[in-house]
Amino acid sequence: MSLIEEIDYGTPKSPSEKMITLTIDGNEVTVPEGTSIMRASMEAGIKVPKLCATDMVDAFGSCRLCLIEIEGRNGTPASCTTPAMEGLVVHTQTQRLKNIRKGVMELYISDHPLDCLTCAANGDCELQDMAGAVGLRDVRYGYEGDNHVFAKAHDVANDRWMPKDDSNPYFTYDPAKCIVCSRCVRACEEVQGTFALTIEGRGFSSRVSPGMHENFIDSECVSCGACVQACPTATLTEKSVIEIGQPEHSKVTTCAYCGVGCSFKAEMRGEELVRMVPWKDGKANRGHSCVKGRFAYGYSTHKDRILNPMIREKISDPWREVSWEEAYKHVANEFRRIQYQYGRNSIGGITSSRCTNEETYLVQKLVRAGFGNNNVDTCARVCHSPTGYGLKQTFGTSAGTQDFDSVEHTDVVMIIGANPTDGHPVFASRLKKRLRKGAKLIVVDPRRIDLVRSPHVEAAQHLPLRPGTNVAVVTSMAHVIVTEGLFNEKFIRERCDWDEFQDWAAFVSSPEHSPEAIHQLSGVDPQALREAARLFATGGNGAIYYGLGVTEHSQGSTTVMAIANLAMVTGNIGRKGVGVNPLRGQNNVQGSCDMGSFPHELPGYRHISDESTRDIFDKLWGVKLQDEPGLRIPNMLDAAVDGTFKGIYIQGEDILQSDPDTKHVAAGLAAMECVVVHDLFLNETANYAHVFLPGSTFLEKEGTFTNAERRINRVRKVMSPLNGYADWEVTQNLARAMGLDWNYGHPSEIMDEVALTTPSFAGVSFDLLDREGSVQWPCNEKAPLGTPIMHIDSFARGKGKFIRTEYVATDERTGPRFPLLLTTGRILSQYNVGAQTRRTHNVVWHEEDRLEIHAHDAEQRGIRDGDWVKITSRAGETTLRALITDRVSPGVVYTTFHHPTTQANVITTDFSDWATNCPEYKVTAVQVGASNGPSEWQIEYDEQARQSRRIAPVLDAAE
Amino acid sequence: MDSESHKSTATKLVYMANQIATFFHTQPKDEAVAGVADHINHFWEPRMREQFFAILEQGGDGFDPLVIEAAKHIRKPGLVSGAS
Ligand code: SF4
Ligand code: SF4
Ligand code: SF4
Ligand code: FES
Repeated sequence: MSLIEEIDYGTPKSPSEKMITLTIDGNEVTVPEGTSIMRASMEAGIKVPKLCATDMVDAFGSCRLCLIEIEGRNGTPASCTTPAMEGLVVHTQTQRLKNIRKGVMELYISDHPLDCLTCAANGDCELQDMAGAVGLRDVRYGYEGDNHVFAKAHDVANDRWMPKDDSNPYFTYDPAKCIVCSRCVRACEEVQGTFALTIEGRGFSSRVSPGMHENFIDSECVSCGACVQACPTATLTEKSVIEIGQPEHSKVTTCAYCGVGCSFKAEMRGEELVRMVPWKDGKANRGHSCVKGRFAYGYSTHKDRILNPMIREKISDPWREVSWEEAYKHVANEFRRIQYQYGRNSIGGITSSRCTNEETYLVQKLVRAGFGNNNVDTCARVCHSPTGYGLKQTFGTSAGTQDFDSVEHTDVVMIIGANPTDGHPVFASRLKKRLRKGAKLIVVDPRRIDLVRSPHVEAAQHLPLRPGTNVAVVTSMAHVIVTEGLFNEKFIRERCDWDEFQDWAAFVSSPEHSPEAIHQLSGVDPQALREAARLFATGGNGAIYYGLGVTEHSQGSTTVMAIANLAMVTGNIGRKGVGVNPLRGQNNVQGSCDMGSFPHELPGYRHISDESTRDIFDKLWGVKLQDEPGLRIPNMLDAAVDGTFKGIYIQGEDILQSDPDTKHVAAGLAAMECVVVHDLFLNETANYAHVFLPGSTFLEKEGTFTNAERRINRVRKVMSPLNGYADWEVTQNLARAMGLDWNYGHPSEIMDEVALTTPSFAGVSFDLLDREGSVQWPCNEKAPLGTPIMHIDSFARGKGKFIRTEYVATDERTGPRFPLLLTTGRILSQYNVGAQTRRTHNVVWHEEDRLEIHAHDAEQRGIRDGDWVKITSRAGETTLRALITDRVSPGVVYTTFHHPTTQANVITTDFSDWATNCPEYKVTAVQVGASNGPSEWQIEYDEQARQSRRIAPVLDAAE
Repeated sequence: MDSESHKSTATKLVYMANQIATFFHTQPKDEAVAGVADHINHFWEPRMREQFFAILEQGGDGFDPLVIEAAKHIRKPGLVSGAS
């Protein structure tokens, strides 16, 4: 085990395909045109000294350390800003160059503290390295001159000196150590796209400053860490490095937060995690990160983690710690008893979108082969199940069509019902980079999300539609494209069913789908809608990215089909820069669906009624699978209330907090006789559990996650599970206690079984992943290294299918009692129900959920900014504090759902998508009024939660 | 705990079936009946279909006519829910 060292080539890679050859220090080097001489040298293994250049940002040419000489040219140009050209003869080390470099370094060092031995960057400082590289032995200027290093000189305060900024919870800024190379400023601009940093002042007095001379925490900074990574000195340093010291070994692994699936190097000292550094070769993130993956891992060692199994008879009893053996035996006995008493189909399981593919596969296998039924579902039910259904119907595959790199080739980006800067930050940074280079943006969202207007990015069109009218708006775009003759006939004739197209075209062309006709219900300006449709149809490569604002509606599946129609009618499928791209919420939502977590589908999206598929598993598992679909989560809860569903094994999900209509979920759970929760913490669902099995974090296990681009990324174990067992081992032991003869020795064997049984995974193995870094499924004989872009020559289902998409108003309507529409979302620093992020320093950015309300609606109700308000729906009520904003239109209110005390889902109703039962989170009719504090339900709930989290003290043997 | 959203499972099933029918109403006529039946066959667990037929036998109150038309193509669940 050693530290993974990545080569810094000094300047970014040139995309050119034309190659040129030059000579550097006597070596012939061939590089793409546009490559800097610095990078060309590095490719030949020659390290030109440098300070202000790094390959994550464009060269700036300010430090003058990287000078070179070129035969036949005068002077000493900077190698980082001078492009390599055919036939050049370059020298990187001459007497003249040596002298200049020494001089430059002397100047730097004369204004730099010499506390190297006690500096946090000791051993990882480029200034130190360069001093060594140029042979610096003496500093002629002394250290007494003008400087930024000392707070005082001869008892007089030094105006140039600035104190350390400790305000960010994860890194420090020590201006005394800054060499003003501006790498951080460029990283914030070019990589992150936030433009939070500037160089203030000029010449010797210049210094880096967040915002307008603010602290980091008060500035625009989103704590992505790009500047810290770019900084060559200890000026910007992770607090964890200051505290622990430099790491000594590292492993590449995958972030366990969101569906972008960023690759990180977990840098370790023994079993202690020193820091997470985004990995340059990560194909999803290309070396970038957000605050969650980069810094918010503290939950993994949080004191709230439960490390011993616990059981109790009634949920009103305190928990009792037991041995693993006892816990397994108890669960096995209970599940068998329940099945004997209430029938084979009276129990089920829920797989987790946070766990690995291998773990998910095992849970569904336990349900199908061990419980002998198909009552398995996953929390993807509540987020992206309509994506699976809609894309399967239209294209034939339940997944997005592109890789993230594709955005670099997009000319028009349409974002529908997603807020990438908060939900998928690293993708948002890559998107903003493309937008700054000139791609156009269309935003379809009720709320003015950040992307609509942010530094150097402005949407060409923002269509602020009323929540619940997606189908009307997207269908109306198709209306414009068809009636104005902007469709791509060649593509449609070649790739789609022409008759179906004609039927659909006639449908969308009818006047009731025109932008003018739907204006009344959608609230969208018809002219803006027309412009947006024209831009998308004619602006070049068009790509659609969408999120939960599309799926979490009673017409979620219909909207996904409407989006697919739009991509087909404009011919935007099957090449780089186009496509339909669902932005998945949790890290492994895609994977949990792929692995057969849905009650009607075996791994690889094959329906349970298909005999030949069942046969594969029957033979391998030695069972006879049921040929009927099982219960979905909402159906399980209904059945529980009806008394026919009595036991459940829930791995890594908190359905009480994440599912709609909390009271109904609570009633369902309370009606069960054996609820088993397998998680890191006593989550909200555990309040209703009879057995708690401690879970492990992504740092503690081997496995894979599949991100939103179908990319299978490796998860690698860097520390031993605090609870003793990885989650897959716990599921295996439970299966064995129930009499199944499972003997997996390593997760790679589970993936081998997936490959053996599932055609789209046939080529996948841990060996392949270790070799290639990652692959995108389908990965099989036809595509041995995976499939970055799908449907290239033909659709997975053959011909693309146009489907009529009629707008149907949701039954969740506003009226006199509930006049406002509530829609929900998330923010950058928190993740889902917040169980992890709330247990990190990320809370400094989001202490509570707030209700965003337009000034007009607030005024009518006498609500001021920061007031406690009560929000009531047909399902229930809760309280939280108001935030007055014009981001939402009048008539619409918005909140996040990261904190359990808010209980936003007490108010969401049980309406759901017609095809998949995905709950309608995004539209709830509500009333808002002033309040004095927590609602009765919140108080009652808090008390119940407090009671049910009691753990009995371990009794003495004597007692 | 009483509130408007806590409906009985039967009410929900009727509602869900009608939601499916609403979508297929907008599809070409010849696909609509098969569409509803297929959808229910594909996604409804046997006990849900059992309840579905029970409601139907009691007169099918509240069902969209398209659901009733599709019912003859919906599979009657076999006896799978006995103890194992
Ligand atoms: S952490 Fe990210 S957002 Fe903050 S200043 Fe650094 S690069 Fe900019
Ligand atoms: S903070 Fe670091 S990266 Fe930024 S200018 Fe100073 S030394 Fe360079
Ligand atoms: S949360 Fe998402 S965007 Fe942030 S580091 Fe993790 S995978 Fe990347
Ligand atoms: S590295 Fe080229 S000028 Fe600084």
